[in-house]
Amino acid sequence: MILRGVVRNLRLGVKDILLHKTRSLLTTLGVVFGVGSVIAMLAVGEGASQDALAEIRKVGSNNIIIQAQKDIDDESSGRQRTRMSIYGLKYEDEARIREMGSAIRRTVPVRLMRRDARVGDRKLELRVVGTVQGWFDLVPRRIVAGRVLRTSDTEQNARVCVLTETGARRLLAGAHILGEKILISRQYFEVVGIVESGTGGRNIAVPDEEVDAYIPMSTQLQLFGEVNARITSGSFEIEKVELHQILVEIDGDELVEPMAKAIEAMLRAFHTRKDYKMNVPLALLRQAEKTKRTFNIVLGSIAGISLLVGGIGIMNIMLASVTERTREIGVRRAIGARRGQIILQFLIETMVLAGSGGLVGVGVGMLIPALITRFSGMPTVVPLYSLFLSFGISVAIGLVFGIYPAVRAARLDPIVALRHE
Amino acid sequence: MTGAGQPGFAGAVIRLEDMAKTYRIGEVDVHALRRVSLTIERGGFWAILGPSGSGKSTLMNLIGCLDRPTSGRYWLDGANVEDLEDDELSAYRLRHLGFVFQSFNLIPQLTVRENIELPMYYRGTPPAESVKRAEHLAELVGLSDRLAHRPVELSGGQCQRVAIARALANDPPVILADEPTGNLDSRTGEQIMEMLCGLHREGRTLILVTHESRVAGYAEKRLWLKDGAVERIEGGAA
Repeated sequence: MILRGVVRNLRLGVKDILLHKTRSLLTTLGVVFGVGSVIAMLAVGEGASQDALAEIRKVGSNNIIIQAQKDIDDESSGRQRTRMSIYGLKYEDEARIREMGSAIRRTVPVRLMRRDARVGDRKLELRVVGTVQGWFDLVPRRIVAGRVLRTSDTEQNARVCVLTETGARRLLAGAHILGEKILISRQYFEVVGIVESGTGGRNIAVPDEEVDAYIPMSTQLQLFGEVNARITSGSFEIEKVELHQILVEIDGDELVEPMAKAIEAMLRAFHTRKDYKMNVPLALLRQAEKTKRTFNIVLGSIAGISLLVGGIGIMNIMLASVTERTREIGVRRAIGARRGQIILQFLIETMVLAGSGGLVGVGVGMLIPALITRFSGMPTVVPLYSLFLSFGISVAIGLVFGIYPAVRAARLDPIVALRHE
Repeated sequence: MTGAGQPGFAGAVIRLEDMAKTYRIGEVDVHALRRVSLTIERGGFWAILGPSGSGKSTLMNLIGCLDRPTSGRYWLDGANVEDLEDDELSAYRLRHLGFVFQSFNLIPQLTVRENIELPMYYRGTPPAESVKRAEHLAELVGLSDRLAHRPVELSGGQCQRVAIARALANDPPVILADEPTGNLDSRTGEQIMEMLCGLHREGRTLILVTHESRVAGYAEKRLWLKDGAVERIEGGAA
């Protein structure tokens, strides 16, 4: 009986909307934009989170990356043509970090250098990373061919190298280069593997961005020492850096940020200059949360205000409809409709009206995130649940703002209502 | 047709005892109806007449369970109804009374079929049964071919016939008609009156409010009201 009443009133409600298309559309505009804003809000938040997660996954979510950087004072002070800069992370730094407690699962040292390399006739400057086998455990890289570095490579100071896809491309080499030897600064290295290149996201630099090859660090130290010399646009630069990067793997998500703080405090104590930079990928999530919150406040306010205004608009039009249809209500009551049945009729009509606005709003809501992405480049993902949620909200708006008009309709005195012109 | 509308139930279908209705307008009490006592036998055909302001509408609203008396008692179809709750009064209107109005009062956005079905919908009649009965009633009033039309597409006489079909939907024992020919030309009015007389002949109680003596002429009994009291009753004692 109740179900039948609902279905019948649903049909009448839809009929009424189709009868007053323009009026209905204008009335529900608030709900349309309110619902659209709700979806847009959730889409931006979801997009920011997924984007951050994707970027973090590139560098490992439990990692902290400490990078050596030339101190700004140092850079500007010397204008001399030849200078020697000593900066960066020390072997002791790595040792101290390793001893900071059980939360540190492992550390991986990284030394960078640029050396001339030669394959056959082709000669170019190769960007080389000296590191240990643990690097490939911390930063996941797909192996394209061959293998990555092994512990035994480090122990034996093996003259082997692993190329990145970029490196292989720059050397104009395919997979056939496996097992061949390339010349790096007059030393032969056997190519044992090719891995995919790391590409950074918009917010995070991967530790091996723009790297062509990896070699064991022990080999690197033995053959090339700690001093890098570079000639750039006429000036001769020499720098002495022990470690360019230290990758730290932390045991557990929740420990990443406190440990990053502790490491930074330790480094500050031992370094007189700020010649390092902390990079905590997980902090990106915090960043994403912040973006999300900002958008939630802005779009949430728009949604809230639109829905409120929309609800009041709908209530207004329903009150007008009750007045317009006073006589109909009187007839229905005279025939024998109970007050509850009149309430049900008007409530459902209001919900259908608001819900139809909600449906249009769902369309708008799918459009807004697409436009945001198009014009601001901000990633957005419309979660499926948000469509149902926001449609539900629109129907709920109809329910809430329909109560007053429906009760007004039901309270009409049938005698007075019947006499209404 | 079965149910309470069938003839053969002797006795009073409507009994009023000292029924009064007083409105308070500002500081003044307006006595719309003063202690009216009345018995309408089952299957009777009454016309209520009187000048405007004589209490015709008030009496009709009270008989029609649309209003409650200030004092007095009212039995409808054997049950005491003067102090029922709003929902219970609705139920009495739904089952025991059929209304026919001067201005037809069909619901404009509904089709003829839906208008006729409306009382059955409020009663909870199963759809299949309701559809069958609506078609039967439309045939009875000669509008079988207009079921899918809307009231605006019908003439006044056709509208009133739809209204009569609607009044009969739940097979009520009592039909209340308030100036049923007031908005119709005289020829159409006669047709409607013939139709209402037919309802009386099949055993329903018919109560008619009118100011036209020609229309009142169809009735068996005529009740004249004046200043909220019964002035006289023509056509034999009740």
